[in-house]
Amino acid sequence: MLNGTEDEEKWLAEGIAGIQHNAFYMHRALDSNNLREALKYSAQMLSELRTSKLSPHKYYELYMRAFDELKRLELFFKDDSKHGVSVVDLYELVQHAGNILPRLYLLCTVGSIYIKSKEAPAKEVLKDLVEMCRGVQHPIRGLFLRSYLAQISRDKLPDIGSEYEGDADTVMDAVDFVLQNFTEMNKLWVRMQHQGPGGVREKREKERSELQDLVGKNLHVLSQIEGVDLEMYKETVLPRVLEQVVNCKDDLAQYYLMDCIIQVFPDEYHLQTLETLLGACPQLQPTVDVKTVLSRLMDRLSNYAASSADVLPEFLQVEAFSKLSNAIGKVIEAQLDMPAVGAITLYVSLLTFTLRVHPDRLDHVDQVLGACVKKLSNIPKLEDSRAMKQVVALLSAPLEKYNDILTALTLSNYPRVMDHLDIGTNKLMAMVIIQSIMKNNSCISTADKVEVLFELIKGLIKDIDGADVDELDEEDFKEEQNSVARLIHMLYNDEPEEMLKIICIVRKHTMVGGPKRLPFTVSSLVFSALRLLRQLQGQEGDIVGEEASMTPNKIFQLLTQIIESLSAVPSPELALRLYLQCAEAANGCDIEHVAYEFFTQAFLLYEEEIADSKAQVTAIHLIIGTLQRMNVFGVENRDTLTHKATGYSARLLKKADQCRAVYACSHLFWVDDQDGIKDGERVLLCLKRALRIANAAQQMANVARGSGGPVSLFVEILNKYIYFFEKGNKQITSSAIQGLIELINTEMQSDSTNPDSVADAFLASTLRYIQFQKQKGGVMGEKFESIKL
Amino acid sequence: MNYLVGAFKPPCNIFISFTDGRSRKQVPLKKENGKTVMVALFQSQENIVGEVVIEPIHGKKVEHNGVKIELLGQIELYFDRGNFYDFTSLVRELDVPGELYERKTYPFEFSTVEMPYESYNGVNVRLRYILKVTISRNYVSNIVEYQDFVVRNYTPPPSINNSIKMEVGIEDCLHIEFEYSKSKYHLKDVVIGKIYFLLVRIKLKNMELEIRRQESTGSGPNTYVETETLAKFELMDGAPVRGESIPIRLFLSPYELTPTYRNINNKFSVKYYLNLVLVDEEDRRYFKQQEITMYRNLEAS
Repeated sequence: MLNGTEDEEKWLAEGIAGIQHNAFYMHRALDSNNLREALKYSAQMLSELRTSKLSPHKYYELYMRAFDELKRLELFFKDDSKHGVSVVDLYELVQHAGNILPRLYLLCTVGSIYIKSKEAPAKEVLKDLVEMCRGVQHPIRGLFLRSYLAQISRDKLPDIGSEYEGDADTVMDAVDFVLQNFTEMNKLWVRMQHQGPGGVREKREKERSELQDLVGKNLHVLSQIEGVDLEMYKETVLPRVLEQVVNCKDDLAQYYLMDCIIQVFPDEYHLQTLETLLGACPQLQPTVDVKTVLSRLMDRLSNYAASSADVLPEFLQVEAFSKLSNAIGKVIEAQLDMPAVGAITLYVSLLTFTLRVHPDRLDHVDQVLGACVKKLSNIPKLEDSRAMKQVVALLSAPLEKYNDILTALTLSNYPRVMDHLDIGTNKLMAMVIIQSIMKNNSCISTADKVEVLFELIKGLIKDIDGADVDELDEEDFKEEQNSVARLIHMLYNDEPEEMLKIICIVRKHTMVGGPKRLPFTVSSLVFSALRLLRQLQGQEGDIVGEEASMTPNKIFQLLTQIIESLSAVPSPELALRLYLQCAEAANGCDIEHVAYEFFTQAFLLYEEEIADSKAQVTAIHLIIGTLQRMNVFGVENRDTLTHKATGYSARLLKKADQCRAVYACSHLFWVDDQDGIKDGERVLLCLKRALRIANAAQQMANVARGSGGPVSLFVEILNKYIYFFEKGNKQITSSAIQGLIELINTEMQSDSTNPDSVADAFLASTLRYIQFQKQKGGVMGEKFESIKL
Repeated sequence: MNYLVGAFKPPCNIFISFTDGRSRKQVPLKKENGKTVMVALFQSQENIVGEVVIEPIHGKKVEHNGVKIELLGQIELYFDRGNFYDFTSLVRELDVPGELYERKTYPFEFSTVEMPYESYNGVNVRLRYILKVTISRNYVSNIVEYQDFVVRNYTPPPSINNSIKMEVGIEDCLHIEFEYSKSKYHLKDVVIGKIYFLLVRIKLKNMELEIRRQESTGSGPNTYVETETLAKFELMDGAPVRGESIPIRLFLSPYELTPTYRNINNKFSVKYYLNLVLVDEEDRRYFKQQEITMYRNLEAS
């Protein structure tokens, strides 16, 4: 075997040489119209095909050479003026050859002319040929001989509308002929595996697959016969082909032929014969890749369904889905050791099928998922990554089809399938779901659905036992959680009651998310709740008395609880902001004590939790800003809060920050509303205090660095002065502004001050503003007139 | 004897011809010297009519004790060379003793001659029919001339013609059932049949059908049996599996067959057999031989 290919080349070359040699003499005989010699040399030539030494591939080469020569011989045979023998006699004459293989090749060749001559019914000749070919039992030689028979008879079948159709010759005869040839070829093909020594099985399998198309071609011929209508296909062709497929008990053949059937015959035939076709599947050998076969079938049918809406009723009529579903169930049941990926692939195909064919039948989808769950529950742990991919495909299919998560949510088996995913995949799937919601902007509006949805995406919502936390990629995690946060905003119902339920459910789920997740989810949740509040306000009156649970108070309670959960994180800055938001909402609802409570909470946080000076600055400005807008408070509460706020401002770490906070506080006493508080005195107090701090900052800077501090602080304060001056605060006088401007100028000119271009520009534009106001005239102009620049 | 005639150069030429010679069918006959000549064909009960022409060589006279023509049916056994057994011998006197000066024509006729046996040219035996013209002479050897002719007898199709069907095998190895549609065939017949493989445990390579001719001559301890294989016809290529059935269709016309001859004049018999041979991959041969009866059918020949 060492130089097997070399030897083969040699044998092939010898065979070809033999064919050429004899073909030469045959041509001479043909040219001289010598029938005897022609028969003799053609038989000798064909004897070269008797070799057993060649692999199918090489044998094919040899066969093709002989085939070409036979075509010339056929032309000679056809012309009886050349040899003077009737076709009937010729048909006998060629059978005198002693060796069977040349004899049968010649017989087929003459047979084709015999049919053409119409001296005998085509069916008789065909039957004779296909029967006589039984004499060659050697697989390769037999396959090629029969393939030759198929080849030469193709255009001579008594098909409907063919010239060979007659009273005696019906399309049935054509079908019988092809079927018989097919059966015999398949037998030979299957038998190949038992030939020769063992141990080279692999090589033989390869050789066999090289020959598969010879067998499959018969099915192709069958599909090309006009007369094979649905009826005949159903009654004759398919049962007989399947019988052969099942009985041959060979996995290679079964797989190939099933696929072949599916590919060559029209879709509508498949649809009408589903039961038969599917019935064969469980009968195949356990090693046959039935799933691919079924997948292909379903793919074809789905494409067929997709091709035109007209065919859909057919699908319904034959109950295609339930048949397929049953078949898949049986196959999975029968093939116990089918890997999970196989089973799931089948389900994916079935799902695709039903989605295309019966998009309205959600129960089908659910049924498929249910079957899949059943299968998966028998597998302890799904570890195969390919299987996982298939499950994802399974779950994604309905999302893609319906473009609407709502549909998926109604599928009771959907979450159960997800349970079988590993953690990573589960998250991936959850993300897919969320993205689908986002993409389609679908709003989930009932509490039940929300519940289901959160069940689905629980991989994102909380840590799952056994998850390896270290593995988490920070960025991925953020993205996931941001998605969840975005998702929360998609949960919305106009009905406040339902909305409250939704919020409660979301809260229930998100609260278990742990410190890492809460910062992402809580704010969404809070704002969702605040939106509900505004909703309530919008339709107040009719709601209040109706349902006790629906008071704003309740919601605020809920909010408090939600925000409190952040203390576990801890995330005081966020909590503070949320408290302030709530306070503002409470303000909107005109509930003073609640607003006060929120501020208390905010202040508590500020005092106890917010230690970082920068955070403090931010926080205090937020507090001031919020407080300024509050109008719900009574004098006392307001005083307490403003006092606190001012106090905090003054205790900030850096002077500059103090200064800015303090002058911001001035706004707390002057709300530019009609009925807003307008306490000019305390405004001035604040501003003066700010000035003092600025001064102190200036001095400290001088001491510390020998250079002037920020003049900009003064400019900023000047701006505040001008603001209040404009707003008509009587305590702010033009002279005070005048004084401040001078002070600034002095500071600017002092040697110790570093030139500061930003401050310069700021001052310049401030002054330009004053100038502008003066020139503008009117009431404001007069007011500013007294300020000298 | 003949060359003596030639040496002395016979004083006359003798021509034997049949009256219907032109229209009568001619068939090839292989002569002893290996040459094939075309001769007239007769069957039993026919009238053999013709004429003998004696033409003395110019200027010579032929003195004779009488001229006769004989019709002889002879069996010649090669191992018993020189011995002819005449199973038929008919004589017609053509002329009384006298002298012949010029060409003379003698018509002759053998009416409804009984010729029960066919002409046959075998390995060890020959059966032939001849017309023998003898001019008897005193003191010198007789002048003799021979004319061969061939006899073929036609038999009507047999009224009973059973098929041959048989199941044979080697236990646990090979089990087949074969069937030939008939047991009696005419010479241009076709052997139709089938072989069913009931059990195949050996690796077969091919299968062929042989036509064998068995010629037995002599009798008792001096019986000579000669078997020839006239045809080897491949029926199957490759190894069949259980349940396979292989068709047989063997045209007999290409082969030079004769009818079956049974105990012809107690001298010889010719029998035909179909021998089914299966060859395995180690070239071992398994066979089963079946006698068939051949007959000559008028229509087919």
